[in-house]
Amino acid sequence: MAIISRGFSGRRSATDEKLPPGQYVTTGFPVLSAGPTPHVPLDQWEFTIDDGANVMLRWDWKSFQDLPAEKFTVDIHCVTRWSKFGTTWEGVSLDTLFADVKTDASHALVRSYGGYTTNLPLNDLLNKQAWIAFKFEGEDLAAEHGGPARLLVPHLYLWKSAKWVHGITLMKKDEPGFWERLGYHNYGDPWREQRYWSD
Amino acid sequence: MWHLGKVIALHDETATTRTITLEVPGWPGHIAGQHVDVRLTAADGYSAARSYSIASAPNVDGRIELTIERLPDGEVSPYLTQELTVGDPLELRGPLGGWFVWRTNQTEAIQLIAGGSGIVPLMAMIRSRALAGNTAPFRLLYSVREPAAVFYRDELQALSRQDSAESVTYAYTRAAPKNWPRPPGRIDAALIESAAWPSSLGPTCYVCGQTSFVESAAGLLIASGHSPDKIRTERFGPTGDRK
Repeated sequence: MAIISRGFSGRRSATDEKLPPGQYVTTGFPVLSAGPTPHVPLDQWEFTIDDGANVMLRWDWKSFQDLPAEKFTVDIHCVTRWSKFGTTWEGVSLDTLFADVKTDASHALVRSYGGYTTNLPLNDLLNKQAWIAFKFEGEDLAAEHGGPARLLVPHLYLWKSAKWVHGITLMKKDEPGFWERLGYHNYGDPWREQRYWSD
Repeated sequence: MWHLGKVIALHDETATTRTITLEVPGWPGHIAGQHVDVRLTAADGYSAARSYSIASAPNVDGRIELTIERLPDGEVSPYLTQELTVGDPLELRGPLGGWFVWRTNQTEAIQLIAGGSGIVPLMAMIRSRALAGNTAPFRLLYSVREPAAVFYRDELQALSRQDSAESVTYAYTRAAPKNWPRPPGRIDAALIESAAWPSSLGPTCYVCGQTSFVESAAGLLIASGHSPDKIRTERFGPTGDRK
């Protein structure tokens, strides 16, 4: 039971049914990162899918750009409570990357340049739910927002959408990533307000 | 899950910034650098929450201080800095965050770089060090618009006077005090060179401020040889309503 804050009325954008509980709408695009922004030259960029022991697939920037890309418009939700509606991206669907992957893995650890990691059930990366995005609002994705390329999994809080993405390790057993070891929820569904360990 | 705190003191740091001291029964304690979520609830049940850094050192008496800058178009910060009075209840959740923290068992040299209200979690680290009697060498480089915008000035001065291993350098960006040796301007490579620990010492660096400030300061540290994995950052955007 919440305590009433005497004299507080608030701003009431929250009547919008697109807004998950405890979030507010922003038109800006705040940045949250645990460390300095890595700057990855395109001629050194690569993206791999491995099974923990062996690399199964590998792309450099050019071969990645040759993959069929999609434009998509989604709402994004940050655990620090801002949500941004109708963001438009361009990138490669994870379904495309995983088209020829045969695996009995249940989970994935997404790895980034700079050392960041985040974990997800593999199913959350498939079925038209996730992309490796390299353009935002028609422009090359800025480094501070995760460029050259970032994961985008808009149905989960944005820390799952790893910036500066470098590869995915498939796992038979779940393993917490960076923020998931530091107090943030293992799954991170904004509609169930899964922010922290105790949620 | 939500703690019910009570406001026991209010103190204005600057014309737009207020420190709120809360007594929080059952507070589990915190680590310097952590933050809390603060929730306000209107009479009809509408609620809004934001994250704010804890300014005070960890202590055993269940008290925490939050220093909050009023954002002109903010939803929560104007209430906290203008409406809230001593004796009011306030709901909060935390402590939160386990990365941008300084623990009292750390002994390595520490470089703190603050932009504006980014000083708040760094002040918790400075206070935590002093309270614990930790002797790790600390340097603070504090970028601030003008002298009137400095938070905690007297306390910072007293701490650095008492302790030669604690130093503070101000970088004024718009207006400096009379006869200040450096013309107003942003932190640049020369100031990092002269006021920050050299990279050869291998300090852990904590950088907190608005996104553009953090991007710039962290970039300068890397350019002067600091390893990216020794630099921890906390960013807040103008629309993020953090701190």
